[in-house]
Amino acid sequence: MQFNSLSEFIAMGGYGFFVWLSYGSCLLILVGIFIASVTSHKSSLKQVEMQIEREQRIKKAKESSV
Amino acid sequence: MWKWLHPYAKTQKAYQLCNTFMPYFAVITIVCFAVGWVWGLAFAPADYQQKDSYRIIFIHVPSAIMSMGAYSSMAIAAFIAMVWQLRNAELAVIAIAPVGAAVTAIALITGAAWGKPMWGAWWVWDARLTSELILLFLYLGVIALYHSFEDKAAAGKASCILALVGVVNLPIIHFSVEWWNTLHQGATITKFDGSAIHPSMFWPLMINIVAFVGVIGWVTLIRLKNEIIQREKHRPWVRELVSGGKNAV
Repeated sequence: MQFNSLSEFIAMGGYGFFVWLSYGSCLLILVGIFIASVTSHKSSLKQVEMQIEREQRIKKAKESSV
Repeated sequence: MWKWLHPYAKTQKAYQLCNTFMPYFAVITIVCFAVGWVWGLAFAPADYQQKDSYRIIFIHVPSAIMSMGAYSSMAIAAFIAMVWQLRNAELAVIAIAPVGAAVTAIALITGAAWGKPMWGAWWVWDARLTSELILLFLYLGVIALYHSFEDKAAAGKASCILALVGVVNLPIIHFSVEWWNTLHQGATITKFDGSAIHPSMFWPLMINIVAFVGVIGWVTLIRLKNEIIQREKHRPWVRELVSGGKNAV
């Protein structure tokens, strides 16, 4: 461990702002693209699911009207 | 000899392969980032000149290297898509591009945050910085080109050509610090006569590079799965996947 206290660790020898800016933006971007990718994949699957349900409803409606 | 590879040209097989590889990339990502960041931030010794500001190296260098690594893999996929007309390879190009753009953005932002305390400027129009910025624009160009065509087959082809043409930028980035007088420092790790970095800093750096490989692979696989679903949504196997196995997400 290179630091004696938490406040020293956060200060980073006076370079705290730049170090934490780097690590913060890195984390933000990576988590952001990860969540965006997972969400869009889930919504694609949901879309297919809704399409299938829609087709089944149409099929049912056609059968009941005959 | 290569016959075992053929089934993977099918999108369904490729989708399953994504699912097989994903957990490994997930573990690599989480473990290496956890170890790499704690080691780099708290346990690696401070630099004798740059003191604690140099700790930015543990994300700046890995993201910069892997922004080029991701571009290389994108270009290889583009080449395969062009030569062998494999649609999966085309989808892989589209899947990697946003991830590569994100990693390039990280390299540029962390570089700026390191440049300010060390050089006194967030940004200079130096050869290394400018060529890396062009790399970001190349990624964005590939993404924009793909979304500007209604016909996705034509869109994929156009993106692949741009990705291949952009490869010329990779050696420019790498050798920019040798070919021109730049403010950016020269190569430290990738020198032929051995690395010029002490092991106490080298190993956390290596772990962080692996972490970036992991995260790029992981997110790319998620995006590739999405692209496959988007392109194949009318196929029976996709419908079975959606209605049959909820666990396949």
